[in-house]
Amino acid sequence: MSNSEYLSNIRNFCIIAHIDHGKSTLADRILEQTETVAHREMEEQILDNMELERERGITIKARAVRLNYKADDGNLYVFNLIDTPGHVDFNYEVSRSLNACEGAILIVDASQGIEAQTLANTYLAIEQNLEVVPVINKIDLPSAQPDVVKEEIENVIGIPADEAPLISAKMGINIKDVMEQIVKYVPAPKGNPDEKLKALIFDSYYDSYKGVIVHVRVKEGTLRVGDKIRMMATGATFDVVELGYMGAKTLESANELRAGEVGYIAASIKSIGDTKVGDTVTIADNPADEPLEGYRNVNPMVFSGIYPADGAKYVDLREALEKLQLNDASLTFEPETSIALGFGFRCGFLGLLHMEIIQERLEREYNLDLITTAPSVVYKITKTDGETVYIDNPTNYPDVSEIEIAEEPMVKANIYTPSEYVGNIMDLCQERRGIFKDMKYLDLNRVELHYNLPLNEIVYDFFDALKSRTKGYASYDYEVSGFVPSKLVKLDILLNGDIVDALSFIVHADKAYSRARKIAEKLKDNIPRQLFEVPIQAAVGGKIIARETVKAMRKDVLAKCYGGDITRKKKLLEKQKEGKKRMRQLGSVEVPQEAFMAVLKLDE
Amino acid sequence: MNKPTGLYIHIPFCKSKCPYCDFYSLANADEYKKEYKKAVIRNLDYYSDITFDTVYFGGGTPILLWREICGILDSIGDRITNNAEITIEANPCSTDFNALCSLKQSGVNRISFGLQSGVDDELKALGRRHSSKSGLEAVLAAEKAGFKNVSADIMLGIPFQTEKSLKESLSYLTDMPISHISAYMLKIEPGTPFAQKMVAPANDEQMSEFYLKAVSHFQQNGYFQYEISNFSLKGYESRHNLKYWNCEEYIGIGPSAHSYYNGKRFSVDRNLHGFIGSPLQETIVTDDNPGGYDEWAMLKLRLSEGIDFKTAKSRYNIGKEQILSRCRLIPKEYLEITDTGIRLTTKGFLVSNAIIGIISDI
Repeated sequence: MSNSEYLSNIRNFCIIAHIDHGKSTLADRILEQTETVAHREMEEQILDNMELERERGITIKARAVRLNYKADDGNLYVFNLIDTPGHVDFNYEVSRSLNACEGAILIVDASQGIEAQTLANTYLAIEQNLEVVPVINKIDLPSAQPDVVKEEIENVIGIPADEAPLISAKMGINIKDVMEQIVKYVPAPKGNPDEKLKALIFDSYYDSYKGVIVHVRVKEGTLRVGDKIRMMATGATFDVVELGYMGAKTLESANELRAGEVGYIAASIKSIGDTKVGDTVTIADNPADEPLEGYRNVNPMVFSGIYPADGAKYVDLREALEKLQLNDASLTFEPETSIALGFGFRCGFLGLLHMEIIQERLEREYNLDLITTAPSVVYKITKTDGETVYIDNPTNYPDVSEIEIAEEPMVKANIYTPSEYVGNIMDLCQERRGIFKDMKYLDLNRVELHYNLPLNEIVYDFFDALKSRTKGYASYDYEVSGFVPSKLVKLDILLNGDIVDALSFIVHADKAYSRARKIAEKLKDNIPRQLFEVPIQAAVGGKIIARETVKAMRKDVLAKCYGGDITRKKKLLEKQKEGKKRMRQLGSVEVPQEAFMAVLKLDE
Repeated sequence: MNKPTGLYIHIPFCKSKCPYCDFYSLANADEYKKEYKKAVIRNLDYYSDITFDTVYFGGGTPILLWREICGILDSIGDRITNNAEITIEANPCSTDFNALCSLKQSGVNRISFGLQSGVDDELKALGRRHSSKSGLEAVLAAEKAGFKNVSADIMLGIPFQTEKSLKESLSYLTDMPISHISAYMLKIEPGTPFAQKMVAPANDEQMSEFYLKAVSHFQQNGYFQYEISNFSLKGYESRHNLKYWNCEEYIGIGPSAHSYYNGKRFSVDRNLHGFIGSPLQETIVTDDNPGGYDEWAMLKLRLSEGIDFKTAKSRYNIGKEQILSRCRLIPKEYLEITDTGIRLTTKGFLVSNAIIGIISDI
C-alpha cells in the first residue's frame, strides 16, 4: 500500500454551473488563493482563454489545471480542476471529463436557484458516481436567499446542502471553505501505480512546437518519458517525448504520471484524430487487458456548406478550417461546389452550437466573411438498384424515381423541465414529429420527458424553441438512435425561374408546404427590390408549392437640390457599389448574403 | 483671360429656418450682412483674372441681402460677360418691387422663387412664411419689373399631399408667367426638425405617381424636361445648373459652397463667422481626382440628353459595346438606346440611382 500513499492527497474535481452562476469566477479565485497564478498575471476567466468563450460566458473546450493547496489539517493537497464544456452538443466530451474526476462542485446562484441546465450535468455527474459538493454563490447580492436555495438543492437533486459554503466568488468571500470541502468530501482517487497502464484521454490540443498535447487522467499504472504508448481504440502508437502537469499558464514537465494523477503527454503526435476523447492510453508492449469503458466514436451529426463571401478567399477559408481542425477532431470538411455560391466546403459538426462556434471563429479569428447554407443531417437512401447511399448535401439527393427507401436519423431526447411547462414541451415535440416515450417526475416540480425525435427536426432551432417556451428553464440532451424510414422530399427554391442549389433542403413531406411558405416569405423580406420583378418559388419535384414576388423597385432617385455638391452624389454612388459587393449575382438577380442567413432562422 | 466660368455665391441668411431644410443658413444674423458682403468681395478679388458667364446667388434667402448683392455685382461688373445668366433665389414674402427693380438694374436677369406648393395648408406644413396668393404676387411683380426668366420650385411628397392637391399646385404653377420649373421630392434630412418629429413624406408608390403626374403636366404645358428635376420652356434651361451636369467648372463662394476648379472639387466649411473672419475662405478638397467616367455618366444620365458613345470613347476610352452590355441588366422601359447614345426615360429617371449604378460601373 505504501506505493499508493500519495493518492490520499490528490483531489480531482470539476465545476458544474449554469451560465453566469460564477463558474469561471470561482475557478479564478481558487487559482488565486492557491497562488497558482500570481496576482499580476491574473486576468478574468483565466480558464476560458478563447475570446468567444469569455464573451458568451460558456466553456467550449475542456481545460485542466493542477494546483497545490495547504489545508487546515496541515497537509499539502494536489487539486486537479477539470473545466468541462456545458452544452448538449458536447455531452460526450462532458461525460469523459467527468469520468476523469471523483467529485464535482455544484455552483448555484443564491438569488436564482437551480436552473435546468445545471440539472442535466449534475445527473451526468451522479451517474458517474461523482461526489457532488454544493456551493452557494453570489451571497453578496441583496436578493440572495441562501436558505431557500439550500432547500431546493436538497429537494431537487437530493443531496444534503446544509454544509454548503456560502460564498461570493466575485468578492472573494469564503473561498477557503470551498477548498476545505473539496479536501473533506471529494474522495481521493483509487488506482494502482504498479498495474498495467490505463489512462483516459479527456482532451487534446495542437501545439505547433510539441505536436498534439494530450490531457489524460491515469486510472491505473504509471506512464514514463520514453514509454511506447498505444491508443487502444485507434491503434496508433507513439513514443512519449514529454509528460507532466498542467500549470495555469504553462506546462510543468515531470518524469512520470501515476495512477490517480492528471497530466499531459507530448509524443510528436501530428494529428488530433489519433487522440480521440475517451480513448485509453496503454503501454504498447505491455497493454492493459481491456480499455476503459465508455469510449465512443464521435461522428458529425449536422452538415452545412460554408462558402467565402468573396470567392477569392477560398484558399484562406481552407487554411482556416485546417487550423481549426488541428484542435477539433470532431470538425470535418471537404470541398464542395455550388452554382450559386461557387467554391466552398461541406462541413460536419457535432450540433448546432458547434456549427455556430466554428462559423464565428472563422469569421473572427480568421477575418473571413462567410455564407452558410441551411444545416442538414445525413439521410440514408436505399436506391431501386439496391445501392445504399448516405446524403449529407441536399443537392446530391437522388431523384424520387431512384429511391426505394429513404431513412432519416432519430434521436432519443431527454428533456428536463419544471412541471408547469410540460404542456408546452409536448406541443413542441408534437410539432417536431416527436414520439412520446415516457415521463418521470423527479420531484413535485421537476419532470424528465423522453421522446424519440427526428434529428432534422432539432438541428434547426429546437434548443431556442424549447427555451422560449419554458422561459429558459428546460434543457435537453440527446443521443442518436439510428435510422427509420420516412416520407422525405427535396424542396427546391427558384429565383426568377432558376433553382438556387444552395437553398435546397430535405424535409418531411408533411412539412414541405409550411416550410416552403416560410422560406419564400423570408426571402421576399430579405431580397431588396430590383429593377424588375423577381418571382420566388418553392418546388417539390418540379411542382410549385409556394410563391412570393419581390416587386420591382418603384423609386430610387436623387431628386433634391444639392447645388454643386457633386461629391455627395458620388459618395452615394460609391456606397451603393459597396452594398453590391455583399450581393451574390444569381442569374440576373442580386441576392444579399443576409438572405442565405435568414432562411436558417425560421422560428418565430 | 481664361475661359469664362460659373460663379456660385452662397447667402446663408434666412428670416426663419424651414423645418425640412438642411442647407447652411442662419436666422437672425442680420447684423453680419455688411461684413458678409465685404468677405464675398474679398474672396472674389482673389479670382480677379477670371470672368463669369453664369452667376448664381443661392441660399439661404439671397433676396434678403438684395442691397449687398447689388454691391457685389457692381464690384465684379467688369468680370461678368455680356450675355451672362445671373440668378437670384427668392422667397415670395421677402420680395418687394423696389428690390426687384434694383436687382434688375444691377444685372440680375433670372429669379427663382421657392414657391413649393400652391396649397396653403401644405405651405404651412412645410413651415413656409408665404401663401399661395403672395407667391403669385411675387411672380407677377418680377414680371412687372422686367424679368423674362422666372423659375419656381415645387415640392413633391409633402405630408398630406394628395393627387388632387398636387394637381392644384401644378396648375397654379403653369398658369403663371414662368419659364422654368424645378420639381423636387421631399426628403427628410437627418438633424432637421422634420427628422426629429419623424415627419413622413409620401411613400415610394405615391412619390412615383406624383412625379409621373408632374412630368406629364409640365410637358403638356410646354415645359420640356431637361433634367430629372428640371423643366423649362425652350431656351430657358438654367445655364448655371447645366454646368454641374456637364462636368464644367464653377467657383463657389461662402460657407458650404462647393467648387470644381483647376481639376479639383472642394468645399467651404459651414461656418459664417469663420468665413467672415478669414482673409480668404478656407477650403477642403472633397475630391482630388474628379472627372472620371463614372462621374460623367452619373451626371450626364441625369440630363434628358443622356450619354453619347462618342464622348465615352474619346474621353474615357469606353466602347459602345461595353456600355450596351451593362444595359442588358436594365429593363427596356427605362432606357432609350439610339445609334449615338443612351438616355433615361421618365420612368427610368425614377430609378436612376440603380441604373446609374449599373452603367457607371465599368
